[in-house]
Amino acid sequence: MSNHFDAIVVGAGPSGNAAAYTLAKKGLSVLQIDRGEYPGSKNVQGAILYADALERIIPEFREEAPLERHVVEQRMWMLEERSHTGAHYRSDDFNEDRPNRYTILRAQFDKWFSQKVREAGALLITETTVTDLVKDEDGKVIGVKTDREGPPLYADVVILGEGVNGLVGQRASLRPELKAEHVALAVKETHFLPETTVRERFNLRGEEDGVVIEVLGSVSSGMVGTGFIYTNKESISIGVGCLVSDFRETRVPPYVLLDRFKSHPSVAPLLKGSEMKEYVAHLIPEGGYNAIPKLTGDGWIIVGDAGQFVNAVHREGSNLAMTTGRLAAESVAELKEAGLPITEANLANYRDALKESFVMKDLKKYRRLPDILHNNKHFFTAYPKAISQAMQTFLRVDGVDKKTKEGAMMRALRDARGGWWNVFVDMFKIARAWR
Amino acid sequence: MSDVFDETDTTQDGLNIVVCIKQVPDSAQIRVHPVTNTIMRQGVPTIINPYDLFALEEALRLRDQYGGTVTVLCMGPPMAEDSLRRALGIGADQAVLITDRRFAGSDTLATSYALATALQKIAEDRPVDIVFTGKQTIDGDTAQVGPGVARRLDLNQLTYVSAIDMLDRNAGEIVVRRRAEGGVQVLKTKLPCLITMLEGTNTVRRGSIEDVLRAARADVTTWSAQDAGVEDLTLCGLKGSPTVVKRVFAPKPRAEKAEMVTIEGKQPSDIGDAVIDLIFANQPKLEADLKAAAGA
Amino acid sequence: MANAPKKAGGRSGMRKELPEHFKAYRHVWVFVELERGNVHPVSWELMGEARKLANKLGVDVAGVVIGPHGEETDRAAAEAFHYGADKVYRCADPILADYRNEPYTRALTDIVNTYKPEILLLGATTLGRDLAGAVATTLRTGLTADSTDLDVDDEKSLAATRPTFGGSLLCTIHTLNYRPQMATVRPRVMAMPEADTSRTGEIVDHPLGMAEESIVTKILDYVPDANIAQANLAYADIVVAGGMGLGNQENLGLVKRLAGVLGAEYGCSRPVVQKGWMSADRQIGQTGKTIRPRLYICAGISGAIQHRVGVEGADLIVAINTDPNAPIFDFAHYGVVADALTILPALTDAFSRRLGQRAMAG
Ligand SMILES: Cc1cc2nc3c(=O)[nH]c(=O)nc-3n(C[C@H](O)[C@H](O)[C@H](O)COP(=O)(O)OP(=O)(O)OC[C@H]3O[C@@H](n4cnc5c(N)ncnc54)[C@H](O)[C@@H]3O)c2cc1C
Ligand SMILES: Cc1cc2nc3c(=O)[nH]c(=O)nc-3n(C[C@H](O)[C@H](O)[C@H](O)COP(=O)(O)OP(=O)(O)OC[C@H]3O[C@@H](n4cnc5c(N)ncnc54)[C@H](O)[C@@H]3O)c2cc1C
Ligand SMILES: Nc1ncnc2c1ncn2[C@@H]1O[C@H](COP(=O)(O)O)[C@@H](O)[C@H]1O
Repeated sequence: MSNHFDAIVVGAGPSGNAAAYTLAKKGLSVLQIDRGEYPGSKNVQGAILYADALERIIPEFREEAPLERHVVEQRMWMLEERSHTGAHYRSDDFNEDRPNRYTILRAQFDKWFSQKVREAGALLITETTVTDLVKDEDGKVIGVKTDREGPPLYADVVILGEGVNGLVGQRASLRPELKAEHVALAVKETHFLPETTVRERFNLRGEEDGVVIEVLGSVSSGMVGTGFIYTNKESISIGVGCLVSDFRETRVPPYVLLDRFKSHPSVAPLLKGSEMKEYVAHLIPEGGYNAIPKLTGDGWIIVGDAGQFVNAVHREGSNLAMTTGRLAAESVAELKEAGLPITEANLANYRDALKESFVMKDLKKYRRLPDILHNNKHFFTAYPKAISQAMQTFLRVDGVDKKTKEGAMMRALRDARGGWWNVFVDMFKIARAWR
Repeated sequence: MSDVFDETDTTQDGLNIVVCIKQVPDSAQIRVHPVTNTIMRQGVPTIINPYDLFALEEALRLRDQYGGTVTVLCMGPPMAEDSLRRALGIGADQAVLITDRRFAGSDTLATSYALATALQKIAEDRPVDIVFTGKQTIDGDTAQVGPGVARRLDLNQLTYVSAIDMLDRNAGEIVVRRRAEGGVQVLKTKLPCLITMLEGTNTVRRGSIEDVLRAARADVTTWSAQDAGVEDLTLCGLKGSPTVVKRVFAPKPRAEKAEMVTIEGKQPSDIGDAVIDLIFANQPKLEADLKAAAGA
Repeated sequence: MANAPKKAGGRSGMRKELPEHFKAYRHVWVFVELERGNVHPVSWELMGEARKLANKLGVDVAGVVIGPHGEETDRAAAEAFHYGADKVYRCADPILADYRNEPYTRALTDIVNTYKPEILLLGATTLGRDLAGAVATTLRTGLTADSTDLDVDDEKSLAATRPTFGGSLLCTIHTLNYRPQMATVRPRVMAMPEADTSRTGEIVDHPLGMAEESIVTKILDYVPDANIAQANLAYADIVVAGGMGLGNQENLGLVKRLAGVLGAEYGCSRPVVQKGWMSADRQIGQTGKTIRPRLYICAGISGAIQHRVGVEGADLIVAINTDPNAPIFDFAHYGVVADALTILPALTDAFSRRLGQRAMAG
């Protein structure tokens, strides 16, 4: 029984699974290691699955994967103490043959994905934590050590899909420690309701249709953060996440934040009578482009959250994870086929493929945003308040003429930011960050 | 139906042990819908029945001491293979899954039939010395399947075993401690036997890296009803189950809630007295009895 | 799959079509559990329940007493009448001095096959479960384990209700077309009937017909429990229990102290056992002991359904919990929303003061 593999993949999340699947499909011998009791047991996500990234790996996934609902409506809410201002977009075009976005339950989805990985021929061992990397005298990574008794396991390349904490990479000095302002802490609950109730409360036509609500404003209690509500078949995922550095500063416990969100008058009726199961907390890398660590070295590659591949603005993570996992695997397979060693230099093919893909392009586009938001908390406080006030002024029919009302609304916006100049600067910053 | 089990073969080296394990939903995570009272199965993870792990560990200890093989046997849906693989990763040598649509809906009688049939099939290669089961499952929760299998195969039945004191391969004898209601029986019997293991009697080991690699690579033998040697399908699944579940419902909540003892502004000792007053007012006889006992 | 509780539906609509040869099966039987000279009280609890079922069916109640020749077995038979049996089937043989599966299974199946009861009830003790599983399989009939409620349906079938899915639901199970209909019931789930010492009845003796040499399993020794909480908790008049809310093993001493003053037994919730803070035989609830005390005082226990099912039979439940919304207050009779670490000592003091005073005065 050989303990040497073409590749060892650490982690059975979306990135690790994408990598292991792609490698195994190309005929390489793959060992995948996850510390969870079963793949997905510790994994946490809202969760929206973006079809495109998975379709490029498993084209027929729609027929088999445990998908909850496809998204036909997106709501954006600006939350204030007792109100929300919303924009909704719903279109029948989303009821297409091959829908673009789905809600999923990660535990089930990961289990399915992992099954596919094993069917493709990769070996999976679970309940096993990789504790360190094994290097040869030149510093090339040649294998991993685990917390189980027995010898190390060897491979030509170790793909680190170990998620946001990246402890293995850190311990092996491949990457620096995470910074508190580069990670958000998200807490999430799953609330169970009968399918028909979910349908009625969210105005859905069938058990396939789903809604996503993204929430800004008072939900983050002044911190940099957002909330979300997703509809699953028989449950609702609700969560809120803020930067770890902000949690530290404000000392607001995350569950208190979530409790406030749940009891908000716009939210509470959606959850009424549901049974809460599963409370989870998880980190999300949000440092963006500037926080990406070194991604390759002799005998190792980083993929997924471990590489800070998350687009916080669009709440995309799993698709970046799958894409980076796939690209890493393709790059390794290419080198193997060419008979080339897997070295830092040769792995230029992975780095180039990343640059060419939407992954790096998107992250680069928003590279300024994390810092701007971090230093301008009023985006999460002043504006929502002003907008809420403006809406009230606008909607109340109380004998005040419309022109006076418009004036009051504009003044509210100005006063919220202490003058028009500041409002202008804010607009400029956001525009620049979006460019 | 137990001819193959009649004699343990002492000429062979080591023991031939089979452990019956069941894959069960993690009941801590099962939800019942508050309004419709239906089970919400969504996303409930499955685990090896926790009680069966003590049986597995005990079997592995015997194997380590006397040599031989440990086979894990499970009746369940195809995905139960995961549990068998996990058992292999803990250290079992072989795994057999019996899976067939026609097993669906089995009660304990039908389950014991299917398991006993598969055990006989396993014993064709080499007589089985010991069959282990858990004390009970956390979903069926009956503790009947073990005795059922023992009866069907005419194995000496040892339930609620807390320790194996002695095993003599040559004499084909075993001495165990069995929990009884007010004490412990020390029993001696002959192989082949069936042991249902009590929980908390040992600490389940963690397989080595070699174990889990072997488990990941292993082929889990999968038998249909026919492969397992089932001859009479009317004894399987729903057909072979004399019990019928007529109704599933939620426990009735008690109408009134607890009467709260006011504590505002009271010293702990006053609260103590207040509580006792309530208790004695409610149970006057208890007061009298307590005082009599204290006075006596 | 397998013996996982089935959803109602599917076969729940199945009709009763009792085969001809089962129609002769009549009367309700209780296996009288005699171990080392003592009848387990669960047998009398079942006798009370059997009486109710028999009245509904218009049939008789019989007890089955299996044991060695002699006074103890005879006394068990006599007591069976006191608790409601109309008839007793007795199998007395030296081989049956101690419980062993093989001869007991033989004796009970023989008696059933000869005298044909329609319902057979056993206690869900280690002995009762060991025997019931073997007997039901030998007879190829249905057996419902750990029933919490027994009734007779419109078609005169036994309707046995038991918890399922980790206690979160109950299900009612019938053995429609096989006889006898068997069920086990845990100690203390049913109330103890009053004994009527004037009652007697017919005793039918049944031979065992086995030789000791033919029995493979031998008893080498019997070690009675030094710590007899094993038996006592279920039958204690007063029980004081602590849960995770007490925070650590040391604080459980407060529970023991209060129990001490009251001459009560003490127990705990499951996680306390899992933490190793108390021994497993002290666990109360679905996977521990069912208790039926006159007074149950619990501190720092949230009142999960699995705990609740083990204590609901208590006459009076007093709960101490810091959380006013804890589910324990849904079924406790009196609630104290306060820190158990102060209330338990206060109760201990107050009780010893009150009981002590009386002791001095009297
Ligand atoms: C609350 C929340 C909501 C989100 N919502 C969305 C969303 O709606 N859409 C979206 O696309 N993304 C979302 N994300 C982000 C998305 O979940 C991640 O980007 C994605 O899971 C990253 O995949 P990964 O494979 O890199 O890491 P992970 O999914 O974190 O997987 C890492 C795996 O590695 C294992 N592991 C770690 N260390 C070791 C070790 N030392 N040894 C062995 N195994 C190890 C872990 O057990 C785990 O299984 C959300 C995240 C959170 C927290
Ligand atoms: C299949 C299955 C079988 C089970 N069987 C059993 C069983 O037989 N018996 C059993 O008990 N459980 C059983 N359980 C577990 C059960 O579901 C609960 O988890 C358990 O009963 C909770 O124990 P607890 O109340 O001690 O702890 P918790 O649920 O953690 O509750 C602690 C309580 O203490 C309160 N508290 C905290 N501090 C204080 C203080 N200072 N003073 C007063 N109150 C305080 C809290 O408000 C809380 O209500 C079973 C579970 C499963 C899935
Ligand atoms: N489907 C099954 N497959 C394998 N073993 C089982 C199965 N059902 C029950 N068992 C075994 O029988 C024991 C008692 O189960 P139960 O009678 O359901 O409480 C369990 O601990 C298992 O060892």
